[in-house]
Amino acid sequence: MADVTFIVDGKQITAPAGTLLIEACKTAGIEIPAFCYYPGLSLQAACRMCVVRIEKMPKLQTACTTPVAEGMVVATETPEIAQARKATLQLLLGNHPLDCPVCDAGGECELQDMTFKYGAADSFYAEPKNHREEQKWSPVVYFDRPRCILCYRCVRMCGEGMDVFALGIQNRGSSAVIAPNVPAQLSPDDLAHVDCEQCGMCIDACPVGALTSGTYRYKTRPWEMNHVATVCTHCGDGCKTTLGVRSTSDGSEIVRGDNRDKSGINGDFLCNKGRYAFDFANHEDRITQPLVRQLNGELKPVSWEVALDLVGKKFRELRDTRGGNSIGVLGGNRLTNEEAYLLQKFTRTVLGTNNIDHHRTADYVAFAQALAGQKDRTASLRDTLTAKAILLVGGDPTVQAPATAWNLRTNVRLNRAKLYIANSAEIKLRRQAKAFLHLAPFGYGALAGYLGGDDTIATSAAPDATALASFREAVKAEEDLLILIGSELRGAELKKLIAFGLTIPGAKFALISDYANSRGAADMGLLPDMLPGYQAVGRASDLATEYAAPSAPGLDLLQMFDAAGKGELSALYVVNSNPVAKYGVDAAALKDTFVVVQDMFLTETAALADVILPAANLYEKAGSVTNSYGDLQQVKKAGDRAGVRTDFEMIVRIADKMGANMRALVPFGKGLRADMGQTRGAQSGEADRHAVWLTAQNLEPRLSPFEQLAILDEVQRLVPGYNILRLQLLSGNDQHLEPAVAELVQIGVQTARRDLVQPAADSLFTSGTLGRYSTMLSDLQHNESLRPSSLLTQIQTAAD
Amino acid sequence: MSTVANTIFSPELAARFDHLVTIYPLRRSALIPMLLYAQDEVGYISEAVVSEIAQRIGILELDVRNVLSYYSMLRTKPAGKYNVQVCTNISCMLRGGYEILDHCKHKLGIGHKGVTPDGVFSLEEVECIGACCWAPAMQVNYDFHDDLTPGKVDVLFQMYRDGQGKDVK
Repeated sequence: MADVTFIVDGKQITAPAGTLLIEACKTAGIEIPAFCYYPGLSLQAACRMCVVRIEKMPKLQTACTTPVAEGMVVATETPEIAQARKATLQLLLGNHPLDCPVCDAGGECELQDMTFKYGAADSFYAEPKNHREEQKWSPVVYFDRPRCILCYRCVRMCGEGMDVFALGIQNRGSSAVIAPNVPAQLSPDDLAHVDCEQCGMCIDACPVGALTSGTYRYKTRPWEMNHVATVCTHCGDGCKTTLGVRSTSDGSEIVRGDNRDKSGINGDFLCNKGRYAFDFANHEDRITQPLVRQLNGELKPVSWEVALDLVGKKFRELRDTRGGNSIGVLGGNRLTNEEAYLLQKFTRTVLGTNNIDHHRTADYVAFAQALAGQKDRTASLRDTLTAKAILLVGGDPTVQAPATAWNLRTNVRLNRAKLYIANSAEIKLRRQAKAFLHLAPFGYGALAGYLGGDDTIATSAAPDATALASFREAVKAEEDLLILIGSELRGAELKKLIAFGLTIPGAKFALISDYANSRGAADMGLLPDMLPGYQAVGRASDLATEYAAPSAPGLDLLQMFDAAGKGELSALYVVNSNPVAKYGVDAAALKDTFVVVQDMFLTETAALADVILPAANLYEKAGSVTNSYGDLQQVKKAGDRAGVRTDFEMIVRIADKMGANMRALVPFGKGLRADMGQTRGAQSGEADRHAVWLTAQNLEPRLSPFEQLAILDEVQRLVPGYNILRLQLLSGNDQHLEPAVAELVQIGVQTARRDLVQPAADSLFTSGTLGRYSTMLSDLQHNESLRPSSLLTQIQTAAD
Repeated sequence: MSTVANTIFSPELAARFDHLVTIYPLRRSALIPMLLYAQDEVGYISEAVVSEIAQRIGILELDVRNVLSYYSMLRTKPAGKYNVQVCTNISCMLRGGYEILDHCKHKLGIGHKGVTPDGVFSLEEVECIGACCWAPAMQVNYDFHDDLTPGKVDVLFQMYRDGQGKDVK
């Protein structure tokens, strides 16, 4: 829209016509306070804090509802306005308790800030305050009614943002109150509750302490924690979550997870797992000492030296006597890229085998192959917020990738994006869809073929032929279509769908997987037939030359367990994975195999191990992860637990104990000579600009083999597609990486790959094996089980 | 969505609701009339009423409760057979409305929004009922009684108790 020019506080400002005054002022650096206004949600104008004086208008106007106009002259801070805001505050404080010293929001409270600024601390209201006991709406959402200032942010956030509509306003005037959707009279325990997705966005939006989080309430104060912005370990969206940590006697405990600065790839959003499910780190069952199985079958705690020595010696012996190909390695979906890369490098160069795999939750190999040679065809998570048209085939982002679902809803709501959904289930997002095609069970392959022009299989794609035909017409008519693909589509079917998509000009693709670094695990080559960057094993490449690894593909995950059953697997090295539970492996199969497991807990797999090494989780290490879309982000160390070590360190130490050439495994000791700060003078200190510059230029010395940046250097050098911008990474921003394959030579008929994809099938309140150790997720599951089957996906609102 | 099997309303009211939701540009505009008609038939807005009206309009029960709780003329508990509404708005107040209200309270032994133990009467203090010319006034169900004195109120109560009063809905 055309720009308009106007004056605010004597300063000339230009903004596009239609911009709200409050937003235009914010962009120009002029702060207008507001409680009810929240960017992206509908306008409420309920709080009257944003009042400004606009010349030629009779009364004070609300900046949050006034669009800018040409020649407008605005004053935002005058004694008159200050008086109006002070009066508003006095009214709000009329029944607001003065419990700031114990309130969770104390120190982060917008009402507190405003009271401080406008000095409305005197109360003329002498009547007793109308107190109400706080209510527990769910294990994670608590409501403290007297603190509420009725800004309606939570109501709009839940309805418009989450499409859940669990909160409303009831009663009238001074009795008005935020009410949840399960009223006390209908609740088995006679207390009001929320029946919702438990995302906690209402708590996030609350400007005061009326809504508080079950994990954090009354535990500490905001200024007593350190705040570390890192990447959530749960689903494949890779949201930024800020963890509040504080020291304990045995490390550093995570007390709170939230979306404090909203600077991440997830914008405003964070779901229940990112917000609450960090508590597995503090679980009492956590292993904090290496355990070695004795002759009598018992696991006995030993020192790190003994355990690592044993593993190194045994691996070396088995490799030398029974051959590297008798050893299998399984990596995890929650390792950093550096760890995943190091693990496969260790397997291929130290153990000398391609027997490496991971629990695959989406077919990234087929995805990369289908997009081989294409440029700008992969979507970032950010694209889901801006794309004009989106086709979602398979998957249920509301449950599997909540940030994706949030972005799609927001995009539809604010930008009127067209969302096309094809799914065999009636997923909740269909409520936002322009067209929803109900597929036949297992109809995804047929749909991919039908979209590509094969009309003969229409009946196996969807029962409704006319809906199918019009769906194809509508999708084909789109340009710049963003195609989101669920993990239901694999191999040839996935390639067929992408081949169809490539006929649409400007179409971009993304494949949704299940865990924080599922994509990274595939990108980093935790695959028996693919080197990092999807370079086929046996094909000539820089990597293959450098590795000098066997040219035959190794055993995949299932083959490894088959081999173990036949007594052909001498050792199994499991890093942060629980295949025994996921794939239902028979415990007896592993009886002759030397099993080493790195994990946090005594999982089904760890229970069969000969050596268990206690591992740090993603919140306790540094590195990088790649989300489903291929957006690389930095992981920072937040929590700490005495006794555990990072997987990176353990792999390095095991390799060292095996007598490997450490400088070949981790390229450390190169680069500049160490400057520990002694030459920096005035530049040193907390904001060490010299160090920042060195790091950004990739020049800081890698002094030890435990330096994960040394591996990142190698990833950047050898893995196609990982052209990382260091400054972008280090400043905590996301960057989109294209899939690696540049030109994939497909000679002859490729042997069909086995389909080993097994989606995690996590609900909103589960998260693989890790989720079982999160008390809050267990509480939420229990909470969910108390209600009659959730009607969330069936609710019909906004009938008009 | 508009026709509901196993409706809790009488066939006439159900038919009326079927029509009501179709005559507004937005279906949910039918909410308040529906609540009022339902209250007249059922006596109060029960959970079953909330749920069926939500279903008929296609909104959440929470949406119905949000509106329901705003209006003091919608009640969620049964009233007496005769709901006595005494006006204490300005004209009635000046002409002794509070006296009438206090008399009713004393006579019926209940307070504002109370129901007598036998369920015959319930009492409410209400705002203007539009009978200012003949203040003080009160309304019993939909029947008006004006120019009241405590004595007249006694007569009225006896009349209703004897089943002589009008029982219009």
